[in-house]
Amino acid sequence: MSHFAGTTGLIMNEPLLWEKGKKGRCGISIPTPDVAAAPLDDEFTRDEIDFPDLSEVDVVRHFTRLSQWNFGVDTGMYPLGSCTMKYNPKTNERQAALPGFAGAHPMLPPDLSQGTLRLMYELEQFLSELTGMYATTLQPAAGAHGELTAMLLFYACHKSKGEKRSKILIPDTAHGTNPASASLCGYKSILVESNEDGILSVERVAELMDEDTVGIMVTNPNTLGLFEDNIKKVAEIVHAKGGLVYGDGANMNAVMGVVKMGQIGIDAMHLNLHKTFSTPHGGGGPGAGPVCVVKELEPFLPVPRVIKDGDRYDLKYDNPDSIGRVHAFHGNFGILIRAYSYILSMGKELKTASQHAVLSANYIKEKLKDVLHLPFDRPCMHECVFTDKKQEPYKVSTLDMAKRLIDYGYHPPTIYFPLVVSGAIMIEPTETEPKENIDQFIETFRAIVKEAEENPDLLHNAPVTPKVRRMDEVTAARKPILCG
Amino acid sequence: MRYLPHTSEDIAEMLQVVGAETLDDIFATIPEDCRFKGELDLPKMSEWELNDHMSSLAVQMAVAPEYTVFVGAGSYNHYIPSAVPYLLSRSEVATAYTPYQPEISQGTLQAIFEYQTLTARLLGMDVANASMYDGASGLAEALLMAIRIGRNKKKTVAISSLIHPHYRNVVQTYFDPTDYNVVELPYLPDGTTDLSPVDDMEDLAGVAVQSPNFFGCIENIQAVSDKAHGCKALSITAFSEALAYGLLKSPGNQGADIVCGEGQSMGIPQSFGGPGLGMFAALNKYVRNMPGRLIGKTKDVDGKDGFVLTLATREQHIRRERATSNICSNQGLCATMSTMYMASVGGTGILEIARQNHDKAEYLKSELKKAGLEVPFDRPTFNEFVVKCPDGFASKRQELIQKKIVAGIPLECYYPELADHYLLCATETTRKADMDALVKEVK
Amino acid sequence: MAKEISKIILVDGLKYAKEHEWAKKEGDTVKIGITDYAQDQLGEIVFVELPEVDSEFDKGDEFGTLESTKAVVDLYMPIGGKIVAINEALEDESELVNKDTYGDGWMIEVALSDLAELDALMDKDAYLELLKGL
Repeated sequence: MSHFAGTTGLIMNEPLLWEKGKKGRCGISIPTPDVAAAPLDDEFTRDEIDFPDLSEVDVVRHFTRLSQWNFGVDTGMYPLGSCTMKYNPKTNERQAALPGFAGAHPMLPPDLSQGTLRLMYELEQFLSELTGMYATTLQPAAGAHGELTAMLLFYACHKSKGEKRSKILIPDTAHGTNPASASLCGYKSILVESNEDGILSVERVAELMDEDTVGIMVTNPNTLGLFEDNIKKVAEIVHAKGGLVYGDGANMNAVMGVVKMGQIGIDAMHLNLHKTFSTPHGGGGPGAGPVCVVKELEPFLPVPRVIKDGDRYDLKYDNPDSIGRVHAFHGNFGILIRAYSYILSMGKELKTASQHAVLSANYIKEKLKDVLHLPFDRPCMHECVFTDKKQEPYKVSTLDMAKRLIDYGYHPPTIYFPLVVSGAIMIEPTETEPKENIDQFIETFRAIVKEAEENPDLLHNAPVTPKVRRMDEVTAARKPILCG
Repeated sequence: MRYLPHTSEDIAEMLQVVGAETLDDIFATIPEDCRFKGELDLPKMSEWELNDHMSSLAVQMAVAPEYTVFVGAGSYNHYIPSAVPYLLSRSEVATAYTPYQPEISQGTLQAIFEYQTLTARLLGMDVANASMYDGASGLAEALLMAIRIGRNKKKTVAISSLIHPHYRNVVQTYFDPTDYNVVELPYLPDGTTDLSPVDDMEDLAGVAVQSPNFFGCIENIQAVSDKAHGCKALSITAFSEALAYGLLKSPGNQGADIVCGEGQSMGIPQSFGGPGLGMFAALNKYVRNMPGRLIGKTKDVDGKDGFVLTLATREQHIRRERATSNICSNQGLCATMSTMYMASVGGTGILEIARQNHDKAEYLKSELKKAGLEVPFDRPTFNEFVVKCPDGFASKRQELIQKKIVAGIPLECYYPELADHYLLCATETTRKADMDALVKEVK
Repeated sequence: MAKEISKIILVDGLKYAKEHEWAKKEGDTVKIGITDYAQDQLGEIVFVELPEVDSEFDKGDEFGTLESTKAVVDLYMPIGGKIVAINEALEDESELVNKDTYGDGWMIEVALSDLAELDALMDKDAYLELLKGL
């Protein structure tokens, strides 16, 4: 290998905000008052607030330095399985910052907000088109929020038929948010074991499905990066008993323009705009989790709905079957702008994105399967899953290999998920990763596997290059210090 | 396409390794009857066309400085120092993921630890989480948390009818499929919550008010806490205007057990209502029942200080159906944004700006009173208040819109008994000249 | 990495449950904790959630939870009865479970209600056989 992705470099120490500054400093330009001071009784006012006083320089230095301790998508390859860390287009940022959007109050009368209403209407249509669904709501603020919304839709749908079902089927490969969301709706999660091919078996679902079961929550492609081949039959079984099929759309990046979920039996699905649709992850959010539904579920969607009357857009509140609101306003509009802008930039090439994403993942799979254990040796979708089984004799774990990748200049892949595979390493390159970087990643991982055999302590002690090394998570949990 | 780097050579090489002939072949294992054979019906624009298109949409919006919008009601126009969007544009801040690998996420982790700390100090509480989606879902989660703390034996929560109508709506939506009860508390003539029905309630897990409330009035949180604790329930304070606590006594100082609200005012653009920032804080003794992410301080193997996600066993990825919530993400970037804002305004600045909010709204209130409008609720307010306009003000309001003035929001759709009542807001961004112009119009 | 079965500590005179708890009769009460195998599998324990004193449980009921940084496990009553005491030291020193699980790491003390339930539990050798079969 001619050079590694990562190298050493000078970064700066930076204390906590309240360890800096001096009383009297200020980092904002205080507006000139143009009205008289109005009295407010002491009974209502607070004592001094314990915030540090900092100058603008203090603030800019502080956060500039902090940012340099982070690894972002713009820094290097970020192959986090199931997270779709694709490149975040900068034009999206320009659009979101337009004063007409950034400065808009959500409760403006429709006549004064035609721009945003049109954007929402069109985005709903784009997402419905991509998923093959009938209607979309943009209110959910995150994937998990979308899941909850879908559960509430299912509840309302059954309620409208005079039914109250208590259980829901969830595959063992499901993301933790699935049972948690179902639980918030009062549903008991019934675990469905995947078969030896890593996907749902028709027989098992048939055994478990009954008239007290709301339906099933399916991720397709699933969290092992495999397409749920039996999905149509599974949906039939669930529908036959009056159930509904929920699709967790976290892995949508694998199938845009290739599969339309609405055509294969899904009744409601959420999308993660911060995954498939390129909006930035922001260090943990905000995201957006729109929910796309079939016609039967449309009446239950959250209000208000954006409607079009001729050339004019409006908000409709009068939907008596609606579950109500799941967000104070219209959802994470700033995120919706970015996704809209991305879809307009890509158009039909969203299918190309999926094709390239799947190709790159299969390429990595083929190039690493001789050195890493591949539990399911079959074509994968946009991510591939390995384990640390081959490294066990050297007492090297998935965690050790992940930490060593950091030293070489990569964000580690997703580790220890899904839970059904012990020591899972889930690699998702996405379509935006250039081939030479992928090749370098493959070479690097092979070098690490060799280190595991020849000098495992290099991995046990990794990482050594970042600002901090492995953290004491045990003390952090035993004696939490959550506040400075 | 600039986001698709693979050339035809790249693709040919990879196809060969994978053992496929064409790009379509790599999907060959998907069952035939699951595959979509058509073309996606989606428009496509060049970057330059996109710029024009987006500008044409944005320009249709009624925003400052062209329009004067005297509306708060959960979304507030405040000045944001240029340093904030500048710092946020640093891609290591914006494009990083959840800090699951702490060694290369110390920037995010320290920033959010600082956010947790400043939020706890702002609200006067022991501990704050790394944020919820918004004030509305935060309230729903706070109520569910109160029920959990009551070990699920107390199934009723009482919430003020002066909590933002949309927040109450979200709570109803969350509670609908459960067997918990939500009871609404009426309001008094002075514009605060009527707590008396609480005396007759059994089985109460929590009592929630919003302060300043939807009418802009400052609630007596101490009274709420005393009442709640008196019947062994938790005292929950919600808010939609975080900046109020730069000036007002904090809920933590008045016995609140959980505080949850909207932090958009802290440096986050209004952006048609989202993304927001669900600030969420509680007393230490309840920390293991808190939803959402938590960042803790610890040391690394070399003894260096650092930060890490902690107490994760409360969360969905471990606890799954028994998690404290289903929440996975937080509003990371918004929390960071608000930290940058709180750092910029500082202790001295925040008080000054909060005061100006109060002064401006008081000015507008007194001038409108002089112009003959009634201010029905005499409880002190922060930066929003209710006025009763003359009968048929609706058409006057339309006229004002033509003149690019949005005179508050009508309350009738939320409170049918308050026809011709409007909720008006003035912040530090509202100019005296604009307030005078409005007053002149309604005289 | 987890210990080998031969290195797991087992103490004479205790009864063992298949959910990897031990039970020790002390007059009219029974002290209960988790076995060395369990603490080893779980790793560093960061939090122990125990029931309130005077609460009553049947055999097989869930009475508490144990947390490591990455996992939560439920604790099940090996025998039924009323809780007469809990080990309050575990609130601040959860590591006692890892360090001294048969001694200072005890969790609850239960008033013995049905001696047959206690007798039905495994002795040291039977539990060792169970571990070997895992």
